[in-house]
Amino acid sequence: MTDLKTAATSPLSTVLGALNTFRSRHASWIPVFAAVLILVVMFGFAQWWFGNFLSLRLISALLLDNAYLLILAVGMTFVILTGGIDLSVGSVMAFTGILCASLVSQGVPAGVAVPLMIAAGAAIGLLIGVLVHYFDVQPFIASLVGMFLARGLAFLVSLRSIKVEDEWILALQSTRFKFGDFYITPTGIIALVVVVVGVLLLQFTRFGRTIYAIGGNEQSARLMGLPVVRTKILAYVISGVCAGLAGLVLTAYQGSGYPLNGSGAELDTIAAVVIGGTLLTGGSGYVIGSMIGVFVYGTIAILINFLGAEQSWKRIIVGGLLLVFVVVQRVIVTRSSRRT
Amino acid sequence: MPVDKDVAPVIEMRGITIQFPGVKALDAVDFTLRRGEVHSLMGENGAGKSTLIKALTGVYAIDSGSITVGGEPRTFHTTADAQAAGISTVYQEVNLCTNLSVGENVMLGHEVRRAGAIDWRATHREAARHLEALGVNLDTRTGLFSHSIAIQQLIAISRAMVTDSTVLILDEPTSSLDRSEVEQLFGVIRELRDRGVAILFVSHFLDQVYEISDRITVLRNGKLVGEYEAAKLPRNELISSMIGRQLEDLAELSSSAAREIDRSSAPVLKASGLGKKGVLEPADLEVYEGEVVGIAGLLGSGRTELVRLMYGADRSDSGRLEVHGKPARITTPRHAIDRRIAFSSEDRRAEGIVGDLSVAENIVLGIQARRGWLRRVKRSESDSIVAEYIDALGVRPADPDRPVRNLSGGNQQKVLLARWLATAPELIILDEPTRGIDVGAKADIQRKVAELSAKGLSVIFISSEIEEVIRLAQRITVMRDRRKIGELESNGLHVDDVIDYIANEGQENVA
Repeated sequence: MTDLKTAATSPLSTVLGALNTFRSRHASWIPVFAAVLILVVMFGFAQWWFGNFLSLRLISALLLDNAYLLILAVGMTFVILTGGIDLSVGSVMAFTGILCASLVSQGVPAGVAVPLMIAAGAAIGLLIGVLVHYFDVQPFIASLVGMFLARGLAFLVSLRSIKVEDEWILALQSTRFKFGDFYITPTGIIALVVVVVGVLLLQFTRFGRTIYAIGGNEQSARLMGLPVVRTKILAYVISGVCAGLAGLVLTAYQGSGYPLNGSGAELDTIAAVVIGGTLLTGGSGYVIGSMIGVFVYGTIAILINFLGAEQSWKRIIVGGLLLVFVVVQRVIVTRSSRRT
Repeated sequence: MPVDKDVAPVIEMRGITIQFPGVKALDAVDFTLRRGEVHSLMGENGAGKSTLIKALTGVYAIDSGSITVGGEPRTFHTTADAQAAGISTVYQEVNLCTNLSVGENVMLGHEVRRAGAIDWRATHREAARHLEALGVNLDTRTGLFSHSIAIQQLIAISRAMVTDSTVLILDEPTSSLDRSEVEQLFGVIRELRDRGVAILFVSHFLDQVYEISDRITVLRNGKLVGEYEAAKLPRNELISSMIGRQLEDLAELSSSAAREIDRSSAPVLKASGLGKKGVLEPADLEVYEGEVVGIAGLLGSGRTELVRLMYGADRSDSGRLEVHGKPARITTPRHAIDRRIAFSSEDRRAEGIVGDLSVAENIVLGIQARRGWLRRVKRSESDSIVAEYIDALGVRPADPDRPVRNLSGGNQQKVLLARWLATAPELIILDEPTRGIDVGAKADIQRKVAELSAKGLSVIFISSEIEEVIRLAQRITVMRDRRKIGELESNGLHVDDVIDYIANEGQENVA
């Protein structure tokens, strides 16, 4: 912190001092700002290039087409903040989706099927959490177990797509609340509610702060007397619940359940979370960032469509962005650790 | 000093025994902590200090004995249990979360809540109040990472005060603080003591222990030696009770400095004009067979930089090296090892031992590296080498299969020394081999260095303790501000002479 010492009281030093205070207080928001910047640049570019890109309808589509991804990303943020990873979410989403479709097609009321599917997601999350904590299995491996298990269960329920005819579930996607050009469906509302609940849990509860403490230094968190075990397992359960909800949203969106749904969705989710500024090492990141990450991800897809380019470019661009973000995060981490 | 035997004890530990596989880490130890006292726990590395603390804070379960807190018998299963009973610990490596703000670190788990949600403003206000009570004024919303270790230490203590702790355990809190920071910490400790907090203090620095303690309890080999009042315990008695033998062990080595060295043949290693821009001004150094050359100088004087250039760990940009009179190119450690030069780094954790490997594996590593990885070191051969060095250096516990990370610092250093000695080097460079280790291990290492050099091994010995350098080395190279300022014969030399030399010599050469 030499810049504080060398500069005396010139206006420049005041600015530098303020900058320093800002950096010290809000360092972890910087990657989120970067994601917002990227989103703005992409919007700006598209608007300039196509002339009629930005509209309220676009925002609606962005939210509704990616509602399931947004829900998964919120759950994933909890897990990644503890320093873990959850590879099971895509499969769990497929399993709970097909489970729901199968149950309602056999006449089970949605009021029973939906809680069941969410409980199934929670159970798989619990399994992963227990494996990670009590059996000291790497989160990567434990959630890989969950991933295979859930995919297998999905195939066990049905090998083919099952059409959903339950009005209640279909209404989640077909009901539209309009505000001028902007419209939103219950699935979009579910996603936004999940975001809000995620923010509240992480920023305003002791449970949420314990998540950050574990990600920062698990050993410290334990020695500080925080409930590490409970919190860590709960993070995976939350991710599982989110995957269950995402299963519901996706089933409503597609009007059917399909056991091959969401293969690779776990990687899309991780990509969105990382682009949104959450450190893979844990302890730093925000649900709001993950939401921005999902929007960046969705915007890339839309842009590629608009440009009429090959869909493979989406992956390449996402890969490139991830590369940049991971390197930027690395720089931030090494710089802050050098200071201590 | 408010020491009064009649004050009711806050904590009474009676007959505490903890058994680890093969070792009794604690053997029927009693310990009493009273309200409003600073009580130091003393002992060599491996005496059982940490184990006792961990038994008290619920990290380890006790096999037998009883712990009474405030008159009630208690059993702790986790640190949270101990904290709930008012026992807080601040560790040497500050256990806080650098990713969170100062205020959060103080208040984590005790945030102020309103209607179930954390009230951040009130939480930060509360944190600021606790910090101010210890004389620390800072912006509680700044990240912990932007503050020094000393401040983090005080933040950790504030945290302990949030839980209204009646007992505060400080485990080596001063080891990375400078003098003024220690003063500030001691101010805080005295303040807390006067408020009635019972403080358990652990430190390697004798001066500090005497400065701050009311009472001292000494442990040795997992057993209680005794409890003393600090004011009535002379230093030499404290030291001998800690190491259980007289300090004459160290004194008898003084002959090593006076030994005559035959400097007629070519030196084992000779550096002429060796330097690197911005790191070290060109310097000369030569080491003859059987000679111990000491390098004295303050931290950052260029001691480490010089030997790293000689070993090839860093690349020089000027100067030459000669081995046995012949020019040698040493630009990587590999070259040095091939010429039978060994280097034991000052940073033993990062550049020395491999914590997860066993004692035996760590020792054999050196031989294996020298042979090349293709040639197997036979089991019987390695067993005998390992046994020989464990015995010769007095590694404790003498268990070749124990992971090195579980050994104390002094014993890790011995293992490191054993690794290099096992490669049968002609020259060994030891950078701060005795820093941060206990007196007994220090004596063992010094004795071994003296003994081996008498048999013909050449040694370059770097230490911040000038006394130690004078005792071991025949010749001392003195460094200051990244250059060599001169050489001294150590026979008859006194510590003050060297300090004077570092302070005053060579001033006229400074541009």
